[in-house]
Amino acid sequence: MKVLVPVKRVIDYNVKVRVKPDQSGVDLANVKMSMNPFDEIAVEEAVRMKEAGTAEEIVAVSIGPQQAQETLRTALAMGADRGILVKTDETVEPLAVAKILKNVVEAEGPDLVILGKQAIDDDSNQTGQMLASLLGWPQGTFASGVKTEGEKLHVTREVDGGLQTVALEGPAIVTTDLRLNEPRYASLPNIMKAKKKPIDTREPDEFDIDIAPRLSVVKVTEPPQREAGELVEDVPTLVSKLKTEGAI
Amino acid sequence: MAVLVIAEHDNAALSDATHKTVSAAAKFGGDIDILVAGEGAGSVAEAAAGIDGIRKVLHADDPALKKQLAEAMEALIVPLMDGYDAVFAAASTSGKNIMPRIAAQLDVMQLSDITGLEGTDTFERPIYAGNAIMTVTSSDPKKVVTVRTTSFDAAGEGGSASIETLEASAAAAKSEFVSENIVESDRPDLTAAKRVVSGGRALGSDEDFEKYMIPLADKLGAAIGASRAAVDAGYAPNDYQVGQTGKIVAPELYIAIGISGAIQHLAGMKDSKIIVAINKDEEAPIFQVADYGLVADLFNAVPELTEAL
Ligand SMILES: Cc1cc2nc3c(=O)[nH]c(=O)nc-3n(C[C@H](O)[C@H](O)[C@H](O)COP(=O)(O)OP(=O)(O)OC[C@H]3O[C@@H](n4cnc5c(N)ncnc54)[C@H](O)[C@@H]3O)c2cc1C
Ligand SMILES: Nc1ncnc2c1ncn2[C@@H]1O[C@H](COP(=O)(O)O)[C@@H](O)[C@H]1O
Repeated sequence: MKVLVPVKRVIDYNVKVRVKPDQSGVDLANVKMSMNPFDEIAVEEAVRMKEAGTAEEIVAVSIGPQQAQETLRTALAMGADRGILVKTDETVEPLAVAKILKNVVEAEGPDLVILGKQAIDDDSNQTGQMLASLLGWPQGTFASGVKTEGEKLHVTREVDGGLQTVALEGPAIVTTDLRLNEPRYASLPNIMKAKKKPIDTREPDEFDIDIAPRLSVVKVTEPPQREAGELVEDVPTLVSKLKTEGAI
Repeated sequence: MAVLVIAEHDNAALSDATHKTVSAAAKFGGDIDILVAGEGAGSVAEAAAGIDGIRKVLHADDPALKKQLAEAMEALIVPLMDGYDAVFAAASTSGKNIMPRIAAQLDVMQLSDITGLEGTDTFERPIYAGNAIMTVTSSDPKKVVTVRTTSFDAAGEGGSASIETLEASAAAAKSEFVSENIVESDRPDLTAAKRVVSGGRALGSDEDFEKYMIPLADKLGAAIGASRAAVDAGYAPNDYQVGQTGKIVAPELYIAIGISGAIQHLAGMKDSKIIVAINKDEEAPIFQVADYGLVADLFNAVPELTEAL
């Protein structure tokens, strides 16, 4: 089985973002960037499938600026076999990402695409489902477990009330949730090896699709800030404060 | 103008998330219809018809819709969209699963997890774990919207809309429901509860999580939440997770117990009315958002608090 893993370069999850004073967006200058954490989980899952002998080849794809190549290198160091960078400096919205990925899927013919459930910058949670729909494929979103059962892929999903398992007839789309696995750190030898793995660079223009944004940003603002309240001495004081507030 | 709202339900009861989604749809404007898709969900359709301000309820009943899998819902909803300017659903795991497929078929960008809207083109949504709020206008001809339900009041009751039966098109399914493990609980639903008590990694084990959290929650009539660290460690089930990538809650009272207050956790609870934090480290970031902070060992403070209530 061939597995495609789309990986996005995003602001590192430890960074506290700052909104620009002119409200045009958030400040990304000199900010640490990393692979979207859910995509690390996607890469890890694919690598485990390869180690278990169920996957033969893993192709990582990223759509973004030249620096997204570093994100692909991380995927290669974790165990992906090769990378595809679709290079653009423009904002590419999830719908356009899904359209580009559809083209890549048609060219590469994977049996499975594993994406993150959500990119932690735009928090959209839609690309995987859109890709599935555009391809007419079934999906197992928010996966905390993936296994092959005969001809089918069984995906256990984290849903609001608990867990749900669905059986998918491949080719299929899976999106990862946090508990699917714990991604490995790339070892130094693997980082070195990854430098020799191929990355193919493409341009969005090569695909005959419209990727112009559909949304235009009016403003980006700070959320209302909460003031730190008071520290209370002990439990009785806490209880009396809450009573005064009418909270209990 | 007309809006279709996708009902959130389990074939037996209509979720309050639907009422909140209806309020958001009402701000968009136009006639509002509700789609109830399921199996044996007649009572849900009736409940939906009782929401104030609804034009009609579309009721599709079919075994293929029992679990509202995304593929079947897409096949049902996309053809209906000829008659609507927008489709709204709650940003629940179900809404998040289904709606982007509809957006893709309509060739529009989904407006995810909106916290506000102005007219029919302008939407407000949190990004970067709620550390920024983005206002966008959409140039798409139809809008596909998922709604952060904590940001909208529930629509009232008192309506008496008509119920129209839809023929469900049973498309050849490439996805199939196998099993589920849904936690049955008498506790209020986490996302709708007036009070929430959440436990973190500091609880240390599933036994202690139960031993310390349940009596307190029982006393308060509260729902129980958890940090991701507590869920990861297996102290609490996954559906307890509050945060950027878990559930968003905004109760009247939120008590964070042994939770440090990482931005991903704050993203899920910082709109709560009153926040109480119990943590033994006075430097813990949770205290920066707490109205009342108690620097104490939870293993002493929680039983004492439970006792005092
Ligand atoms: C992509 C991504 C998404 C994430 N999404 C979420 C999310 O949705 N929700 C979420 O919660 N997290 C999320 N996280 C994880 C988040 O970054 C934190 O790791 C997590 O919230 C920490 O949980 P915690 O506060 O329970 O644990 P810790 O950070 O370990 O904090 C434990 C706290 O307990 C205190 N403590 C210890 N012993 C005691 C005691 N006896 N009495 C009182 N206090 C005590 C300590 O002082 C400490 O402050 C996400 C992370 C990533 C990378
Ligand atoms: N620019 C991109 N390049 C590669 N993959 C992406 C990109 N944007 C989104 N994805 C994938 O889609 C997932 C969901 O993103 P989103 O729908 O934006 O929340 C991510 O976790 C990635 O797997």
